[in-house]
Amino acid sequence: MYQFNYHRPSTLEEAVGLMSGAEDGVYLSGGMTLIPTLKQRLASPSDVIDLGAIPGLTGVTVNDGTVSVGGMTRHAEVAASDAIPALADLASRIGDAHVRNRGTIGGSLANSDPAADYPAAVVALCGTVHTTTRSIAASDYFTGLFETALHDGEIVTSVDFCMPDVAAYEKFPNPASRYAVVGVMVARCPGCICVGVTGAGACAFRAAAMEEALAADFSPGALDGVSVDHSEFNSDIHASAEFRGHLVGVLAKRAVARIA
Amino acid sequence: MEITLTVNGAAKAVDVPDNALLVDVLRESLGLTGTHVGCDTSQCGACVVHMNGDAVKSCTVLAGQADGADVTTIEGIGNPDDLHPMQEAFRDNHALQCGFCTPGMIMSAIDLVQKGGGALDEAAVRDGLEGNLCRCTGYHNIVKAVLAAQSSM
Repeated sequence: MYQFNYHRPSTLEEAVGLMSGAEDGVYLSGGMTLIPTLKQRLASPSDVIDLGAIPGLTGVTVNDGTVSVGGMTRHAEVAASDAIPALADLASRIGDAHVRNRGTIGGSLANSDPAADYPAAVVALCGTVHTTTRSIAASDYFTGLFETALHDGEIVTSVDFCMPDVAAYEKFPNPASRYAVVGVMVARCPGCICVGVTGAGACAFRAAAMEEALAADFSPGALDGVSVDHSEFNSDIHASAEFRGHLVGVLAKRAVARIA
Repeated sequence: MEITLTVNGAAKAVDVPDNALLVDVLRESLGLTGTHVGCDTSQCGACVVHMNGDAVKSCTVLAGQADGADVTTIEGIGNPDDLHPMQEAFRDNHALQCGFCTPGMIMSAIDLVQKGGGALDEAAVRDGLEGNLCRCTGYHNIVKAVLAAQSSM
């Protein structure tokens, strides 16, 4: 690791102040991505601002059909929550036990790894990302590969999810890392059916054609012949864009089969 | 910077660089070399310790993040005359070959059993130890040992 100045603020205001005063600062949440990145010298921030000592940023609460998850809530805590079973199931399949004991939902969403699991839930459960300055709808939040609508210095404080009638998450995990080669969450809510896809493209998105097909007939068979355009999908040593496109269909059907 | 933490029940204060890792504090500052560094990329799990009651990979925790924490390492769970039930189970089931992964395996397994409510089956143990690699590929006996310890812990 390169040298950096480590800070451990105890309030959000202090954290934001440290960031604005830093030459090239970075926030540290659970560190499950950032610390390996620092160790490989792929990043050389002047200041690392640890959000771990700021109170009030953890926990899962349910209020009027909305489930709110604090930005610093660790995957293990979401996995143990019974608020939205499909969200708990998703969280229980992130990485390994040690990653789930440290990694946080806010860190995952701020990083917007194309193969992260949480983004599928954020788009499928009509999520809202709350930050130190504003609230961002899921449809506006993910903007590209490791890119989000977050501004410099903005901190994810919590994420709201709509409580679905039923939902299920299916993923094809990379067998070594357990990142999602492709992951699909299907959610049936009062008034909408959402299909959230992660792993396939540069960032999470909703598969509109599948949502329309499922709105007419909520069964796995309704997705026969409904494909997604894979021309812009990720292609790497793990899977070609075409295979990822195929997986979206298979996983969406499996998810529907679990809850139809 | 100086950090204070509790390691195996004893209060410790150490002066470390800002970019030090928890595993550096344990091995270099405190001489607790039972915690191993295997891959150093948070994959192998040889460095697993308990931090505030959770199994974590100490190669992927900054020292500063452990300031004020309660840390337990392999040295803190038993001794040669009074092994922890998990250590006993590893010995009884020939669950170690070269032994390099063993400290991390045991610390992960204790956390797994403690949180498993006595309901772990073979699949749950294999899933729970996903983050620990054994280059001797001795998984079969490791799983047997963890299931045995579930009864004795």
